[in-house]
Amino acid sequence: MKFAIQVNEGPYQHQASDSAFQFAKAAIENGHEIMRVFFYHDGVNNASRFTLPPQDDRHVVNNWASLDIKNADGEPELVVCVAAALRRGMLDESEATKNSIEGNNLHPAFRISGLGQLIEAGIQSDRLVVFGD
Amino acid sequence: MATKKFMYLNRRSSFGTVYAIESLEVVLIAAAFEQDVSLAFMDDGVYQIVEGQETDGIGMKNFSKTFHALGDYDINKLYVSKESLEERGLSESDLMPLVYEDEDDDWEEKPSVKVVTNDELKAIMSEQDVCLSF
Repeated sequence: MKFAIQVNEGPYQHQASDSAFQFAKAAIENGHEIMRVFFYHDGVNNASRFTLPPQDDRHVVNNWASLDIKNADGEPELVVCVAAALRRGMLDESEATKNSIEGNNLHPAFRISGLGQLIEAGIQSDRLVVFGD
Repeated sequence: MATKKFMYLNRRSSFGTVYAIESLEVVLIAAAFEQDVSLAFMDDGVYQIVEGQETDGIGMKNFSKTFHALGDYDINKLYVSKESLEERGLSESDLMPLVYEDEDDDWEEKPSVKVVTNDELKAIMSEQDVCLSF
């Protein structure tokens, strides 16, 4: 089955991202496809490459990155909503440059795009599964 | 592109958390995809479409007026839980008079809001292809 996933909460404060990751991992291991994971609301914070949990805890951001979810063109399909990301200080190099801000924090396993990618995922997948509070 | 039935389920009030405004942002983007869109309001979500919201005192953007634009985007199925209204001492007359112009009926102005019981809402939900919960 072709799944799309929406993650609506940030890491550590809520379990939603962990649950979504466990679901995605299990789905892939059982031969299903995760065509896209869309991060919305505080979920955009799951993409910060500055995340540094204590060593005895899980690394939520690296967990997502380890799934290596990409499309046929090799682009990441861990997609962060641009509007939600910018208002929360989550920037890739392009957005940082565009807004004259030094530095950027988006993990390279993710990419920033628009809300249309969420709707498209709902249309193209067999199931869109939402993880939130 | 295939047409699917999308429902946006709103369960939280306008302010206090970001869910309501960011849900509305999704709905407005979704309008461009020409899908069959409906909105549902239940639990504290019914407060999102209460008439007379005023945000000057809290320094938040008053996005409630945006709901009036939905009709122009062909989004005219707004279901509101009867039980959720009653639990909060509200009735349909407390809600914004949201309307759309029916192109199949000489552009007559018709109400977009429909108060339904939770059982009716359950049946409508089960008909959906995609349900996004906020």
